[in-house]
Amino acid sequence: MYDIAIVGAGVTGAMTARELSRYNLRIALLEKCNDVAMGATKANSGIVHAGFDAAEGSLMAKMNVEGCALMPETCEKLHVPYVNNGSLVVAFSDDEMKHLEVLLERGKANGVPEISILSKEELLEKEPNLSPDSFGALYAPTAGIVCPYELTIAAAECAVLNGVEFIRNCEVQAVETTDECFVLDTTQGKIEAKYVINAAGVFSDDLARMAGDDTISITARKGEYFLLDRAVGNTVSHTIFQCPSKMGKGILVSPTVDGNLLVGPTAEDIDDKTNVATSNSGLNDVRKYAVKSVPSVNTRNAITSFTGLRAHAAAHEFLIGVSEKNSRLINAAGIESPGLSSAPAIAKYIGEIVKSVFGEIEVKADYDDTREAPVRFRHMTDEERAELIKKNSAYGRIICRCETITEGEIIDAIKAPAGARDVDGVKRRTRAGMGRCQGGFCGSKVVEILARELGCEINEITKFGGNSNILFEKTK
Amino acid sequence: MLNYDLVVVGGGPAGMAAALKARECGVEKIIVLERAETLGGILEQCIHTGFGLHYFGEELSGPEYAAKFIDMLKDTDIEVKVNTMVLSVSDDKVVTAVNTVDGLIQIKATAVILAMGCRERPRGALQIAGTRASGIMTAGTAQKYVNIDGYMPGKKVVILGSGDIGLIMARRMTLEGAEVKVVCELMPFSGGLTRNIVQCLDDFGIPLKLSTTVIETHGKERLEGVTIAKVDDRLQPIPGSEEYIECDTLMLSVGLIPENELTKQAGIALDNITNGAVVNEMRETDHEGIFACGNVLQVHDLVDYVTLESQIAGEGAARYILGKDTEEKVYINTTPENGVRYIVPQKVNIKSKEDIKLYFRVGAIYMNKKLTVEVDGKVISSKKKVKLAPGEMENVVIPADILATLNENSTIKVRVEE
Amino acid sequence: MKRDMTCVACPLGCQITVEIENDEVVAVTGNTCKRGDAYARTEVTNPVRSIHSTVKVNGGYYPVVPCKTSGPIPKGAIFDVMKEINKVTVDAPVKIGDVFIENVCGTGVDIVATNNDEGK
Repeated sequence: MYDIAIVGAGVTGAMTARELSRYNLRIALLEKCNDVAMGATKANSGIVHAGFDAAEGSLMAKMNVEGCALMPETCEKLHVPYVNNGSLVVAFSDDEMKHLEVLLERGKANGVPEISILSKEELLEKEPNLSPDSFGALYAPTAGIVCPYELTIAAAECAVLNGVEFIRNCEVQAVETTDECFVLDTTQGKIEAKYVINAAGVFSDDLARMAGDDTISITARKGEYFLLDRAVGNTVSHTIFQCPSKMGKGILVSPTVDGNLLVGPTAEDIDDKTNVATSNSGLNDVRKYAVKSVPSVNTRNAITSFTGLRAHAAAHEFLIGVSEKNSRLINAAGIESPGLSSAPAIAKYIGEIVKSVFGEIEVKADYDDTREAPVRFRHMTDEERAELIKKNSAYGRIICRCETITEGEIIDAIKAPAGARDVDGVKRRTRAGMGRCQGGFCGSKVVEILARELGCEINEITKFGGNSNILFEKTK
Repeated sequence: MLNYDLVVVGGGPAGMAAALKARECGVEKIIVLERAETLGGILEQCIHTGFGLHYFGEELSGPEYAAKFIDMLKDTDIEVKVNTMVLSVSDDKVVTAVNTVDGLIQIKATAVILAMGCRERPRGALQIAGTRASGIMTAGTAQKYVNIDGYMPGKKVVILGSGDIGLIMARRMTLEGAEVKVVCELMPFSGGLTRNIVQCLDDFGIPLKLSTTVIETHGKERLEGVTIAKVDDRLQPIPGSEEYIECDTLMLSVGLIPENELTKQAGIALDNITNGAVVNEMRETDHEGIFACGNVLQVHDLVDYVTLESQIAGEGAARYILGKDTEEKVYINTTPENGVRYIVPQKVNIKSKEDIKLYFRVGAIYMNKKLTVEVDGKVISSKKKVKLAPGEMENVVIPADILATLNENSTIKVRVEE
Repeated sequence: MKRDMTCVACPLGCQITVEIENDEVVAVTGNTCKRGDAYARTEVTNPVRSIHSTVKVNGGYYPVVPCKTSGPIPKGAIFDVMKEINKVTVDAPVKIGDVFIENVCGTGVDIVATNNDEGK
């Protein structure tokens, strides 16, 4: 029996697993997909918000401001790229300028450091490619960018190294509550756990309901994005927001930690919580609204488009805490933006809850909250590369030409704790297939390496688990 | 650091022909660096026939065409390193590469020939709406799975793009037992050869839908279907013309892009129509001693032309290396006009003692027009063409005796006219 | 009976119509040149094609090795020939020109290797 089963290996689940792995507890991290970071975490803006959006006094505001402050150190420990690029909310009218004042006051009340309002001149000096129609902007220098799935992968690796068991393809289908524990009926069999942490993202209401808590209702809110080529990655250096509306923070234009330019998202509430299809209308909206703030954005430079789902709770508030209906269920629901920004704080917050329910828990003597930096051949000097290949010749074979990813890095990604089991998993961990050719050349090589390392036939390899197989039977 | 007279980046048909020609012209220390595990480049997976009619006068498969050059290379002492990826080519012609055997290699070259080939345009750039299901791949990737790895990448197939690779794959998949439902082409004409439309589609009753595109993909895990729609003359989908087609595979054959990452990195000027380097008649780039040829310079329709172009580059590199290149050079630009999209070479040395062939493509289908070459305002040739199509590369010759009459202000223009 | 076809004798791609009466070609129209006429007549009387595929190879560097028909075969025999190709397994090494099947389906044409595979 596990002391704790964390359901959902998104950024909330994985960061929580890492936080809790310091304690002498038996913990399982259950994920219904073939990999971590497969839900809302996989596809979002990757922004570390400063914290002026959420309502004053809300848990969301507290988590956001704390999370934003914790993020640089967290990323440093996990060797995840983080850039403190600052954000700008751009106003396009006097009314919007007035709204910036509201955001400024709220930010100050929430404890956001160093925020200020910039005049048009100050703004255009910082970001010369912004629209000349802009009036001014709210500047938040503490905001940053991070890759959401890299953070999650690193956190999960760290958790597993500290003893957490990661169980993939493990969907909770029913929950039975006995006197001393939960019995989770999963696609990997029955799993017993004294406590369950519900980090199931868009499905957190379903999981809560199975555990007898019907107080949560989550709407999947779809957001569509374009990812633009690195050639235009330096169009802006800050994250550029437009003034927020009811449906969220509007279309943003932001550099990514990998040097691309991200444009999006739309906001559309949908019924099907598994619908991550992009739509022509959604993508057109992104095209249309992005140029309002940054006129030179051209989606002809797109290397891909994608859709993410936010787990929106009606109250637009994080629902974190011990369930009122079941004292052994700890919910972490309604984690939508700024959920990524808040993740380090949410993990700590849940840590406190766990301490309060378990009483005094021993901290492992060998607990290590860091993760070693993965090999990144593309970032090395020629001397470092030569040394590396001498040690392991697999680093001398380039598999992904666009991103200069070696076979050694792909093998590392597969062999890592909670490592990659499919093509998309390799892609997220190494960037193989993420470049201009989008896997045209290296896709089949990655399939071969996965099959060899996992000891299976190449037609058993999937794109992202389930029935997403790439090949059928042999031709001969 | 190693020293070579000539480093050839890429061991496909372009690199092999260039290296062989340079050797024939007297260059001694030559090395070919190939990133794949064998020489031959993309020809290795092009197992259909139709290669070599112009150059060898016989109809060969891709591997057979490549094998002829591989055998010729083996008969020389030209060095070859396979599984070797070039990471950079510097201004002073230091080539940095890696492989598993030698680790990191640095080679100081007297001349460099860039012959990296091209890649297929991926889905992302196409921005088709829909899911991220598996089963969406370029035709070339599918070709590798079927012809090299021996696995079926799909059973029910829709192909977007009627370029030759798409057409060839329609037949390959059919022969191996798949059902190819339709080939959609965005343009009102196919970019593929007529022969391929007849023998790859018509023979098997596979419909070719022109002015049609895929607007959406369906299926959450494996692809389950696509929505296709007619497009108007601005290539925008026409509402109401949508049609759902059940399929497990969508193959994309929507164009090829020269692979010029190394070229760009080296700061070499590119032509924004060809996406290849700007070159002179010897296929030398704006960096002295760095040449480019084959599909990295311009996407060819026939490998035979790749061979011919690469031999020019090989000879150019040889002249440069052997110091036979010292005569005075005066460059003027070649200008594509009315209907002609681009010309390779983009500039020519009017002091050249030889005829210069200009290669180019037109932008649309033209019937019964003339191809006119105008030099310094005078028409030097005007050839009647029954048909001109974007899919077929054309060429015209500027005779040496005309070049001899030109000066640095001269103009060379090629156009389509009535 | 009329049959429409696209000529492949040159890149022009003429739309040719062939009129047939009692299995005899009585008229060929739409062609620009004599080659088109000849192509059209062959297409309606005895159309032929070359095909290519792969065969399984034991001990090869690759699991399959490419092959082709050594000459054109009747168009109608394409799928019968494919069935025969699919039955064959060869052993490495394989050399270009190696005959995998002699006189496939009685067509007088062989199935031959179109690449070398020296084995693992």
